[in-house]
Amino acid sequence: MSEPLIALRGLTVDFDGAPALRGIDLAVAPGEALGLVGESGCGKSVTWLAALGLLPGRARVGGSVRLGGEELLGAPPALLDRVRGGRVAMIFQDPASSLNPVHRIGRQVAEALGLHRGLRGAAARAEARRLLDQVGIPDAGRRLDAYPHELSGGQSQRVMIAMALAGRPELLVADEPTTALDVTIQAQILDLLGALRRETGMALVLISHDLGVVAETCERVAVMYAGRIVEEAPVGRLFDRPTHPYTQGLLGALPPLDGPRRPLAAIPGGVPEPGAMPPGCAFAPRCPQAMAACAAGVPEAIAVEPGHAAACLRAARALVPA
Amino acid sequence: MLRFLGFRLLRAAVTIVLVVSFAFVVLRLSGDPAQIIMGADAPPEAIAAFRRAWGLEEPLWLQYLRYFGAILSGDLGRSMRDGREAIALVAERIPATLALTIPALLIKLGLGIPAGITAALHRNSLTDRVVMMLAVAGFTVPSFVLGLLLVLVFAVQLGWLPSGGQEGWRHAILPIVTMGIGGAAVLARFTRSAMLEVLGQPYIRTASAKGVPWRAVVWGHALPNAAIPTVTIIGFMVGSLIAGAVVVESVFSWPGVGRLLVVAVANRDLAVVQCILLLVAATMVTANLVVDLLYGALDPRLRQRTA
Repeated sequence: MSEPLIALRGLTVDFDGAPALRGIDLAVAPGEALGLVGESGCGKSVTWLAALGLLPGRARVGGSVRLGGEELLGAPPALLDRVRGGRVAMIFQDPASSLNPVHRIGRQVAEALGLHRGLRGAAARAEARRLLDQVGIPDAGRRLDAYPHELSGGQSQRVMIAMALAGRPELLVADEPTTALDVTIQAQILDLLGALRRETGMALVLISHDLGVVAETCERVAVMYAGRIVEEAPVGRLFDRPTHPYTQGLLGALPPLDGPRRPLAAIPGGVPEPGAMPPGCAFAPRCPQAMAACAAGVPEAIAVEPGHAAACLRAARALVPA
Repeated sequence: MLRFLGFRLLRAAVTIVLVVSFAFVVLRLSGDPAQIIMGADAPPEAIAAFRRAWGLEEPLWLQYLRYFGAILSGDLGRSMRDGREAIALVAERIPATLALTIPALLIKLGLGIPAGITAALHRNSLTDRVVMMLAVAGFTVPSFVLGLLLVLVFAVQLGWLPSGGQEGWRHAILPIVTMGIGGAAVLARFTRSAMLEVLGQPYIRTASAKGVPWRAVVWGHALPNAAIPTVTIIGFMVGSLIAGAVVVESVFSWPGVGRLLVVAVANRDLAVVQCILLLVAATMVTANLVVDLLYGALDPRLRQRTA
């Protein structure tokens, strides 16, 4: 990868002593679309909330998050306020409750324009209108004066995206942006994100539990399990040759579009509780290919191939010539 | 909007009628004013004459109809004790009561709201714990206990302030503080929980995520939302500006509406009691009406539903 836009190194998060992230290493290149997948509770959202300093005070965050030359962890509030919504914007899962119910949407978009581009008054309003236009909100001029409750879920998410674009971000982190929306709207929002990325050249991190969504939108995927990244690869490669047994299990659980009907293969067992992590590989207790050595230590991520890494002992052994 | 207002006004009128009717019935059933006002030793003829003079021997329903007829024509009756107009008797007490309740309301707002906000912003910190401990103490201690406690400390022990009466502004301090503390405690708790509720909402995270500095998040995004539930309790406090001082006025022998009410009830001075209750119901209902209108101003979601 060329010089990364943002690099997370050994990022850890504890909530009241229970680890939520156990060392995340992840980098995003300028303009790249990265998918972050995993089941609920694996730490996908926490990773990016932590990176931007958006977690509540009781969360203890460690490691490093570097954006360009600047360290974000422990950075002064003024720096974080400039980065958030400026160089890095974020949108969330539930667009309807992510907009402030007592302010008109024009004002909410204009607030970001004022903070990051110094636009005020009529100039801010005109730009807010252009942004609403850009994200495909019909009759944008009138919609500026609408309140969030007057919008549908899809429109709310478009407003959120417009607000995110206001600071001309280099990276947009979209946290399950379509989970709360119905399927047709989902596709429209994903198309919109793709189109905006092409227009603006910004990088995109798409957090999702939906492999299909990620496959359509992203170039590279990182799979998370129990607070760690277990596999990372270009999209095509990950779907063709998943290496980590967890990734294999996730893909095996997808219904095939062609071929004979078969029962969906669920992964047996459940995600370990944060307070009760098994020693060694967190996936070992559910892993069909687990060995005795898996319980001995947490496996490091190793490159199976350039650009494709997996944190699995079997993958490591397969590399060593017998 | 007009339909909304019309509906609310109608509801307010019904509430007042219900309160007044209830008071009428209960007062008539709970003892004979003639006996109490004339005294137990009064000759039966005198009592009978008194009852005739005040129409107390007529059937209850007829008294009720007469009473309502009189109210509608603006006549709130006369005190059975000294024959003066009840409304005049009550009106001359109102300034004394407001002299306590308005400063007390300012203390409640000025102390309770900032304390609640501070506690919420520093949740689980030492500040939060201290504020909440004081707040719990402040509203669990009944006002007559708190009042007596303050008298004990500041009047009896330290001798700084008078323990009762109404001779000057220094006499007002202890009753005002007594009322202010209790209300501030209630408001602090209410404001804190409203703020905490709002601070946990996704739109607060959105505001931070778009780079709004924390102070501006609190002032511009959290407070306008937290104001919505808090206004309810403030409305209640404004509504009880006239009625809210009964206990404290009694403790500090402050000659306001509250003490008048206590005396009038003890004397079964029906017209005066009813006049006060009518006034109290009217202020309460008016305050509620204003709160309803404020909701609309504060919350666009309600504005649309009720428009």
